[in-house]
Amino acid sequence: MKNAVEIKNLSYNYPDGQQALHGISLTIGRNETVTIIGPNGAGKSTLLLHLNGIIRSDGTIKIFGTPLTEKNIKWVRSKVGLVFQNPDDQLFSPTVFDDVAFGPLNMGLAEEEVRSRVQKALAMVSMEGYEKRSPQHLSVGEKKRIATATVLSMDTEILIFDEPSANLDPRAKWGLVALIEQLPMTKIIASHDLELVRTLNGRTVILDKGHIVCDTSTDEVLSDASLLEKHGLAPAPHISMSQV
Amino acid sequence: MKHSFIDRYSERSSLVHGLDPRTKILTAITFVIMVVLTPPGEWQAFAIYFVFLALLTLVSKVPPLYILKRSLVVIPFVLLIGIFIPFLKTGSSSGSYNIWMWDIPKSNLILFGSIIIKSWLSVISLVLLTATTKFSDVLKGLEQLRMPKVMVMILSFMYRYIFVLTDEVLRMKQARDSRSFGEKRSRQIKTIGNMIGTLFLRSYERGERVYAAMVSRGFDGEIRTLSSTTMRAADLLYTFSFLIIISLVCLSLAI
Repeated sequence: MKNAVEIKNLSYNYPDGQQALHGISLTIGRNETVTIIGPNGAGKSTLLLHLNGIIRSDGTIKIFGTPLTEKNIKWVRSKVGLVFQNPDDQLFSPTVFDDVAFGPLNMGLAEEEVRSRVQKALAMVSMEGYEKRSPQHLSVGEKKRIATATVLSMDTEILIFDEPSANLDPRAKWGLVALIEQLPMTKIIASHDLELVRTLNGRTVILDKGHIVCDTSTDEVLSDASLLEKHGLAPAPHISMSQV
Repeated sequence: MKHSFIDRYSERSSLVHGLDPRTKILTAITFVIMVVLTPPGEWQAFAIYFVFLALLTLVSKVPPLYILKRSLVVIPFVLLIGIFIPFLKTGSSSGSYNIWMWDIPKSNLILFGSIIIKSWLSVISLVLLTATTKFSDVLKGLEQLRMPKVMVMILSFMYRYIFVLTDEVLRMKQARDSRSFGEKRSRQIKTIGNMIGTLFLRSYERGERVYAAMVSRGFDGEIRTLSSTTMRAADLLYTFSFLIIISLVCLSLAI
């Protein structure tokens, strides 16, 4: 079986010349859940933006064994869905329906199919009946769910979340975590929220200053206090790791 | 934060709310054109227009005070542009008033008054349109009326993000106010300049992020939408009564 994502020797410089990623190599198997943790500015978002070709640079990225090129970019984007950190960036349409239908419409699906996909995606995030609402009237938690639906409606096989718990109160956060846990596809989640990482429990990669410094099971990473400390991820001193 | 969205009363149900957005857009535009083309000084025609709008407001169940407040917003701008009209020299003046040191022709005053009334009437009709139609429906209507999709998209983005930007400005203002007091006027102006610059940069960056979110969902420059909704009997009825009003006004002008 081919791997979902294969990254080989990926480096990227910001337009101002500063290097964001240094020779990243990472392989993610089908239906694996991988959390990428790292301090602010580690290059997590930059790495994620490479996976469906929003940012292009040297190094190869293979999606289900096929190298990402200019020609197959549309196919790649129908396979790899990205949920951005700020739902106000992701929800740009006048109504929830338009936003969830945006991806399927761009995939060139027929009207009936688009409508049924929107229904299905909204049901998956338990937001049925929100079709006619406009995003600006929703709470952050609701926006986040709709933002997830906008990608689910494309039926992508790889789902990427950038900081899914950012700006959410605990109830909205755990609701979203439960939703992410339910989803069956390959999942890549970038975060520095260790509670979330522990709950999603799978494989964890630490990214710091553009380098992958650790790639192992979540349990192992979270039990290594000195490793977390070294990369600015340790919790407050009076909270022990087992409580996270 | 709470905003006064222009479609605040669009969730109510009335005869006007139930109309197809296309009907409302077309009649509103026709109305504006009609008002603009009415010769200055036809006070009777203006009165009929006003009564028509007042009746519509009553039927629509939107608070009349809300319509009034919204429509008055435009008056200062019109005044600013129109303020010079009374002082323009025209050859064919039939009498004039002496005010202080100016000689103001009567026809110019009539023109000035008519312009203010015309713009006010036009704005009322547009406020009525946006107050009784959800903004997303206005956009759908414009699109179905074959307005270029790019223009519809620009309007849609504008309405989507104007409140996000307002929030940002408010937060910046709060952050400034909590740190600055008793500053000199010159420094205050400098701060405002910095704030405008910051806002521009942030909007620019947001634009890039929004575009990334669109591209990652397969956007390739072509705007695709689903079409639907049909005209109903009520729409025809409304269009007809609107036509009757037009002919009534034309008649009154002829007399």
